Amino acid sequence: MAEKVLMKGNEAIAEAAIAAGCRHFFGYPITPQTEVAAYMSKRMPKIGGVYLQGESEVASINMVLGAGAAGVRVMTSTSSPGISLMAEGISYIAGSEVPCLIVNVERGGPGLGGIQPSQSDYFQAVKATGHGDFHMLVFAPSTVQETVDLISDAFDLGDKFRIPTMILSDGLLGQMMEPVVLPEPKDPVDNKDWAAKGHQDKRKHNVINSLYIDPAELERKNRDRFEKYRIIQENEQRAEEYLADDAEIVLVAFGASSRIAHSAVDMARKKGIKAGLVRPITLWPFPEKFLNKHAAHAKVFLSVEMNMGQMVDDVRLAIRDSKPVRFFGRTGGIVPTPAEVLQQIEKLNGGEF
Amino acid sequence: MSKIMGERPKALVDVPLHYCPGCTHGIVHRLVAEVIDELGIEGRTVGVASVGCSVFTYNYFACDMVQAPHGRAPAVATGVKRARPDDVVFTYQGDGDLAAIGMGETVHAAARGENIVAIFINNAIYGMTGGQMAPTTLPGQVTQTTPYGRDVKTAGNPIRVCELLSSLDGVALAQRVTVDCVKNVKAAKKAIKKAFEYQMAGKGYCIIEVVSTCPTNWGMSPGDALQWLRDNMLLYYPLGTYKDIGEGEQ
Repeated sequence: MAEKVLMKGNEAIAEAAIAAGCRHFFGYPITPQTEVAAYMSKRMPKIGGVYLQGESEVASINMVLGAGAAGVRVMTSTSSPGISLMAEGISYIAGSEVPCLIVNVERGGPGLGGIQPSQSDYFQAVKATGHGDFHMLVFAPSTVQETVDLISDAFDLGDKFRIPTMILSDGLLGQMMEPVVLPEPKDPVDNKDWAAKGHQDKRKHNVINSLYIDPAELERKNRDRFEKYRIIQENEQRAEEYLADDAEIVLVAFGASSRIAHSAVDMARKKGIKAGLVRPITLWPFPEKFLNKHAAHAKVFLSVEMNMGQMVDDVRLAIRDSKPVRFFGRTGGIVPTPAEVLQQIEKLNGGEF
Repeated sequence: MSKIMGERPKALVDVPLHYCPGCTHGIVHRLVAEVIDELGIEGRTVGVASVGCSVFTYNYFACDMVQAPHGRAPAVATGVKRARPDDVVFTYQGDGDLAAIGMGETVHAAARGENIVAIFINNAIYGMTGGQMAPTTLPGQVTQTTPYGRDVKTAGNPIRVCELLSSLDGVALAQRVTVDCVKNVKAAKKAIKKAFEYQMAGKGYCIIEVVSTCPTNWGMSPGDALQWLRDNMLLYYPLGTYKDIGEGEQ
């Protein structure tokens, strides 16, 4: 049994990536993720890895593209405005089928927004991180331990499917300290035969590219990629259910807000209200299967988010509007309290849908 | 009866190039390929294609290739080089790519002394999109988006890239060449070879700017375009070595 250590969320992200065999980090400073970069800059030179501070998020994500295209495990981390700048590169990465890990420690927006925790990049993460037909596998951890565990999975699945993956964290998870058990460190592996790393006069040249000037070819490429997405949707949906099996009021919440929803469910149960929680761990693919399980017995769903209501539409789609879906959220860096959420549960319990 | 004067370089794939008649891209491709052959490095070279007329270079060079977003080739090449430091990494960029949208990436890759080679095609115009003003378009030059000639009072002044980059400590070699005649083609090849050798010696960022023609978008015959290059381009963009650290190191 490995030792439990107390770690800040952002530093745990960095150490977990190193344990997963990542030796290449490119990034640009932005609050509230800077500890990831600072930690990497300290650790990478000591283990033969690369830490490089790009001149912008635009440059950093393209360095990620280059290193990923050359076949190494590579990552970047940033916060909300940084993802906007990386959107172009992420689109090219997806189109070029280059695996990499992108961490977003979300803050409030739009624009410069604020530096307090937020979940207002849900749309951006799951719907439109850049132009074109593509998705990323998006994980939303709710504890520091889960963040650590998901990083290894994100790298492995990214490599398996040749897609970019994202850890959608937030300023709360990134800045808090919790006890974690780090996984057994894995050595980096160099086994990607598709990569542009020099053909050593042993094969035809590899081309890492997203340009297909012939519409029929581009359509075929996109269809092929969506076939991968279909397999991912079928096999990789993840969620945690808490007291959901008999719940009449099913809360849906991810990441930091799920911790508050969890407390509110406990408070409701003490009052005899049948409340439960479904916590999406993957945001794309959205865990429809888990929500559908509870559509029959639920009277109402309540999406609890730290934004103005970005996931709520996906909940409605998942259950095909078979039950009412309501929303409660705080935004701008305000974290809802369990009491606020309980108040919403009580209202719904009184029949006020 | 024609006599074949030289074989196709091994590092150039045997496919037809898509470039317009009289365009100098073909010559520069050949020179880069010949250098790769002579140095025997094709198996460990990775090229980075940019966006513009040269986007399809990934089909033409026989080494492994990565296609970068517009202007980002220096950052992509940085990623490749940092991941594979024993590989030889070059970018192939036009003037819009390198000196407009990608100037930030270019300056910082150069300032870091990133150990890569940039082959920079300066033809004073955006070719791929049909002849708009580039950062290198000459004062008074007519393009699709400077129909009355480039007025520097409103459209700004052209950028002399080699001069600009030569002030940066990370640059090992900044040289401007052209390929308008046999003598200059030979000099251009020598410069390109030196740049690759510098990278192999770990000297830092090298840029070879090739003053080039775009007969199609200049609206000239290939011969007239070469003459226009001599009479106009080379006055604003004098050939020469703007920085060469020689035997020195960064």
